[in-house]
Amino acid sequence: MGKTLKETIKEIIRKHLKNKKGKVFGQCLTAVGWVGGTLPELYEKDGMIELSMADVAGGGIVTGSALMKEKPIYVIRYQGFNWYNAPMIVNYAAKSKEIWNTPCPVFVRGIGMEGGIGPVAGSSHHSLYYRMPGLKIVSPMTPNEYKKIYDSFMKDNEVYYVSEHRGSFNNRIELKNDIKGRKDFVIIAISITRFEAIKAKEILEKKGLKIGIINILWIKPLKVSKASIKCIANSKFGALILDDDYVDGISNSIANKLSHLTNKKIFTLGLSDKSAGFHKRVDNLPPNSSQIVKKIISLIRN
Amino acid sequence: MHKNLRIKIFEKASLCRHFETNAYKFSEKKLIKIPIYLSAGQEFISASLATIINDIYKIKPLIFAQHRCHSTYLSFGGEIDNLIAELLGNYRLSNTKCMGGSASIYSKKINMFGHDGHMGTQVPIGIGACFTSKKPTIVFMGDASAEEDYVLGALGWAATKKLPILFIVEDNNLSILTEKKVRRNWDMHDVARSFKMKGFNLKDSPREIEKYKKFFFKEPMLLNINTNRMFWHAGAGKDSDKTFDRYLKEKKILGKEAEKIDKKFNSMVKKLWEKHLKKQ
Ligand SMILES: Cc1ncc(C[n+]2csc(CCOP(=O)(O)OP(=O)(O)O)c2C)c(N)n1
Ligand SMILES: [Mg+2]
Repeated sequence: MGKTLKETIKEIIRKHLKNKKGKVFGQCLTAVGWVGGTLPELYEKDGMIELSMADVAGGGIVTGSALMKEKPIYVIRYQGFNWYNAPMIVNYAAKSKEIWNTPCPVFVRGIGMEGGIGPVAGSSHHSLYYRMPGLKIVSPMTPNEYKKIYDSFMKDNEVYYVSEHRGSFNNRIELKNDIKGRKDFVIIAISITRFEAIKAKEILEKKGLKIGIINILWIKPLKVSKASIKCIANSKFGALILDDDYVDGISNSIANKLSHLTNKKIFTLGLSDKSAGFHKRVDNLPPNSSQIVKKIISLIRN
Repeated sequence: MHKNLRIKIFEKASLCRHFETNAYKFSEKKLIKIPIYLSAGQEFISASLATIINDIYKIKPLIFAQHRCHSTYLSFGGEIDNLIAELLGNYRLSNTKCMGGSASIYSKKINMFGHDGHMGTQVPIGIGACFTSKKPTIVFMGDASAEEDYVLGALGWAATKKLPILFIVEDNNLSILTEKKVRRNWDMHDVARSFKMKGFNLKDSPREIEKYKKFFFKEPMLLNINTNRMFWHAGAGKDSDKTFDRYLKEKKILGKEAEKIDKKFNSMVKKLWEKHLKKQ
């Protein structure tokens, strides 16, 4: 059996440190849990650097580290913290190459998670980074995807926002697109929604519908193959984008781009436009398979 | 203080002063069209530090400054031509292809990193660069930037990590036009000390600054240097005609030699500006 995603990340980070490619920065890294088992048990002497709890300053310290031709990895335990961590990454690191001809490449590991954790820290917040030029946004959910993204970062000199999700850390399976043949409807899935998308497809196909699946790894720049575009364009009823963030951001922007390219209606489904509470009845979770199924059926009927 | 050293510092200050008075003039005449942040009145801070650090110690530190940075750039040896080009909007000669403007000057030659225009960000960023490279690093901030939450958090971390870093607060008592006493009841040198780094409060006289040179880059240290901004926060104008001018005082103390230097830089800098203006 192949490695899980979390074992893969741990291995990548071990090599990153041992081969002295750069440091890893974050808060409370070396405590219990090692960030969901994604960090090797290494310490400051090895390059695993504990920042203080000054979140905004922390993003600046990592930015300064990246100016020194090292390639720092910045671990952000919950994506919601980015409202504090992001300012100097997006305003300095992402602009440094363009303004001062000085690359400042940071690998930001923003980790999503939700379910009973309240209104601020949970979910994915990759849309927060989306509007700033000069950085790339990716969301790997499989071991191979993560390796590819890391290799790409090491060859590149740009800022990467890597939108991870704890729900995928135990995954060992590579997720494939299904774009063969004429589809009734296509699901385009980002981050953790990719797993529910597969279940929704199975349910809908039992009902006799042909459902395509397109996985989005590269959010910015958006990478969707020509064959995938063709699949959406040839579909009967269009496509639905799934996300683990509010739809007013990445999903609606991608929907707009893809509808221009395909001349089809592209819909979106992500977090509801409300804060998340702790109790099940007031939580705000990414769309699950039955919600996806319901949405697609209603779209097709209308 | 040795007279030769004081004269050397005056030379750098004179270069900065004449640079800024020309920039003032051409901004007033609208030949400079972008916002500019003039450092006249504060130039002895950078002039003294650059003379001690570059010329005496032969150290080429990483430099992180903020918007009011012309004197820092010139004192530490940045090319004057590129700075004039930046301010005049000469796309070809500007270091940043006119992206940076007055507030975001940088120079690979002198290890000066650009500033993004958000006051105080240079402090955490400079600390990160120092931590990673372990190179001597000097970080400038204003008395107002020092109040940024992320500056304070970052200073604490730099002290904890015992970095070879020198923090300079250019304390002109003003945040645009709001005085320090309206904004806070505490002092930066006390803050530094409470973070367990060396912290001192002093005037911008070369003699005072020199007293602390033995501590430079041995461990983190913060100097809160009281100074005076001659001109408006941005652009060409004066808030007051009564502002104390360290440049005139030093010139008077140093006498004939300083007068000669002043004349030399007056004509040299003027000629350079005129050369660039002809190309416009
Ligand atoms: C994050 C941020 N907030 C507010 C401003 C607006 N601003 C520009 S300069 C300035 C005052 C800076 O004062 P100080 O740091 O003392 O430097 P000085 O201008 O006195 O040299 C302010 C408030 C800014 N540039 N960045
Ligand atoms: Mg000030």
